[in-house]
Amino acid sequence: MITERHLNLLILAGLILVPLWAWAADEPFTITLATRAVIFALAAAGLNIALGIGGLVSLGHAAFFGIGGYAMGILAHHAQSYTALSTWPFLIEGTKSMPVIWLVAIVTSALAALVIGLLSLRTAGVYFIMITLAFGQMFYFFTISWAAYGGEDGLSIYIRNDFPGLNTLDPIQFYGLCLAILCAVLFATARLMRAPFGLALNAARQTPARVETVGLDPTRLKLAAFVISGAITGLAGALFADLNRFVSPTMFSWQMSGELIVFIIIGGTGRLFGPVVGAATFVMLEHWLGGLSEYWLIYLGGMLLAIVLFGRGGLIGLLTRREGGA
Amino acid sequence: MTVVLEARGITKRFGAVVASDAISLDLRAGEIHAVIGPNGAGKSTLIAQISGSLAPDAGSVQLLGEDITALPPRLRAKKGLARTFQISALAMEDTVLQNVLLGAVGAAGSPWRFWRSVGADRDLRGKAEAALERVGLLSEAHRVVATLSHGQRRQLEVAVALTLAPKAFLMDEPMAGLGTEGSQRLTAMLDGLRREAPILLVEHDMDAVFALADRISVLVYGRIIATGSVEEIRANAEVRAAYLGEEA
Amino acid sequence: MTPLLLAEQILNGLQFGVMLFLMAAGLTLIFGVMGLINLAHGSLYMVGAFAAAAAAGATGSFALGLAAALAAAAMAGALVEILVIRRLYARDHLDQVLATFALILIFSEGTRWLFGSFPLFLDVPGALSGPVTLPGGIQYPLYRLALIGIGLLVAAGLGLLIARTRIGIQIRAGENDREMIAALGVDISRLYTLIFALGAALAGLAGALVGAIQSVQVGMGEPVLILAFVVIVIGGIGSIKGAFIGALLVGLTDTLGGIFLPELFKLFMEPATATSAGASLASMLIYILMGAVLIFRPTGLFGSRA
Repeated sequence: MITERHLNLLILAGLILVPLWAWAADEPFTITLATRAVIFALAAAGLNIALGIGGLVSLGHAAFFGIGGYAMGILAHHAQSYTALSTWPFLIEGTKSMPVIWLVAIVTSALAALVIGLLSLRTAGVYFIMITLAFGQMFYFFTISWAAYGGEDGLSIYIRNDFPGLNTLDPIQFYGLCLAILCAVLFATARLMRAPFGLALNAARQTPARVETVGLDPTRLKLAAFVISGAITGLAGALFADLNRFVSPTMFSWQMSGELIVFIIIGGTGRLFGPVVGAATFVMLEHWLGGLSEYWLIYLGGMLLAIVLFGRGGLIGLLTRREGGA
Repeated sequence: MTVVLEARGITKRFGAVVASDAISLDLRAGEIHAVIGPNGAGKSTLIAQISGSLAPDAGSVQLLGEDITALPPRLRAKKGLARTFQISALAMEDTVLQNVLLGAVGAAGSPWRFWRSVGADRDLRGKAEAALERVGLLSEAHRVVATLSHGQRRQLEVAVALTLAPKAFLMDEPMAGLGTEGSQRLTAMLDGLRREAPILLVEHDMDAVFALADRISVLVYGRIIATGSVEEIRANAEVRAAYLGEEA
Repeated sequence: MTPLLLAEQILNGLQFGVMLFLMAAGLTLIFGVMGLINLAHGSLYMVGAFAAAAAAGATGSFALGLAAALAAAAMAGALVEILVIRRLYARDHLDQVLATFALILIFSEGTRWLFGSFPLFLDVPGALSGPVTLPGGIQYPLYRLALIGIGLLVAAGLGLLIARTRIGIQIRAGENDREMIAALGVDISRLYTLIFALGAALAGLAGALVGAIQSVQVGMGEPVLILAFVVIVIGGIGSIKGAFIGALLVGLTDTLGGIFLPELFKLFMEPATATSAGASLASMLIYILMGAVLIFRPTGLFGSRA
């Protein structure tokens, strides 16, 4: 048994060493799997701020993942077809530059999160779950009927977008970029959890009435958490689209939202590295079990049931039990 | 003497039941004003209307001469009304220090800071620790609230209220569930608190009320049937019939 | 746009609406009485559809297919309630979401394993096939008309069940006060299993009925489940009446929006743009309706609590 801090360092070491080993052994597929895990971890790390700290059970975070994906898809599509995104009221052109795409992904998904959050936070509990799920589905159907950007077929981007100074088509370089972003977000989340905002949000989850009696507005805190959360998941969506060089309405699917929650729970709710452990476990299971059986999701379902019914605290809780969990 | 907090003609009906029947009472600087009454007298409804979680059908609430009837609890807190809860509303998974720090963050009105650790902010931490010191919980600062005794949670409730540096306290049965010893300790603590800000004390524990109160109001069936000093209330025939008779 | 087409689309919307009601009624009952959010309700819809397709395929009888759908969904519901769901009543909503999400995975992959990935087909029964001429000269498929009839009958039956019968009294008591039904001497855990099985049977019935006009395939339940959530949010959680009104509103809005919005847009746009813009907006219409209800009545049209 080890402390959570040491476990986190161990995970971080694994995230650096395993792909480096795969690079040295010339196994690009392993690097791609690791990249997938890191991007899922980033998306779930975003959700973790709303769900783990703020207690907002959003079953619609695929909306932001998809918006980030389409931000990349649409910008790159216009860049590769040399057409303008819009010519009126002013000219907007596509781009292949990752930093610009990321910025657009973050801003658009934050805006969407603001609107969805404003509506959903008028309610709480089970209403909140249903409403976020429904809004996620709205984007799904919208993109299916949006013929200009491929409708149900989605958009293919032929060449991965550019990042200054890197060859993003080299798997290990793209992986390094994604890992750096994940680490930056986790570090910022760790700061946020200890900062006044994190303290207040954490309390707003546990006892909103108290937060109000010290003169703070719990709903506004949760809304801010929801927006930050959506923005991070949106950024992950843009990276995911770049990894696959493809976006389609499935990024908005309700399964995606469900899986993001699953990552957090497998890892351990509210824990900084929970999403990382959960996403990595999921990708490994998907790879191994998926290779063994076409119906591997049955096993995942069974595991998940067991975790919910019998094991609280997820894998990190299991490995650090001596410490007393939270 | 200055009136700090005042309720004027507060009325609340639930269907046919009049839970608050034109209640008027005031809280003056430096005093502890206790509100007592049998179960079902409408104490919780009164507290809810003064703290702002329930809107009265008629009447007004004033804090230092300002009408706060329309303000939600959050803004009443900002104006300087600090309440404690009968059933502890603490962040149970957090430490004692984190709970008082929340109060300090609220008082400073600065939850929108995302980077610097709360604990590293000398101002906030100083305020929080001072409040813990006042209630005698400083040595327990790093314990998780869920592991505290009932009495310690009560003390912590008061400490959080203290961090707000309030103009008036509104305390909802702080003695509830405390043993004799715990109740005596809290009584001693509240005794010293009235110099800081007056306390409107809604309380069941008669020993505590008689030991602490400068004035007592008796609430029966949503109406205040008497207000006066401890002696006056003890001697009041109507009160004895309506209330103390039942207790004895 | 002719009046005949309009009448036909209104009937389509009604048909869609009453089927949504069958789903939403079970969900809202289960939430109202047990306080449980059940994502796997869509799986029970799928179970009903598959059971009907399999039984009707084997026996050639649509009626037997319907009976099989009701039985299979009710049994699957009761089994799941006893094995998993009853451990979740005291848990928070996050646990309920996760456990029922896990159930979806198990149901979906289990069904895929049993029946394969290809859709099954369930034929409309011979007696109900073909169009019928309604007053005013409207030609309308008899089967769809029957669906509207069945949906309305079930709605009326459910209303009577809750208003008039012993079990209905227990359900209403359970919604208001759990301790009271215990005090009435009702075996709560049996009551809960029964309600869950009833909700499951309604979902299974909907799956079987709709299965005859759409293909029967894995994953068919979840889109309907999510629409049923929209219905409940609009109608108010726990209210059967709300579920009914909400279901009709959603059914009509979705159907009519899909037809009329492109037509409307053609008035001031070129046809191709109007069709695609109209279709895109129509796909969002019921969610916009939901958002509007939330702004004005956060607990839904007939809801009392959050």
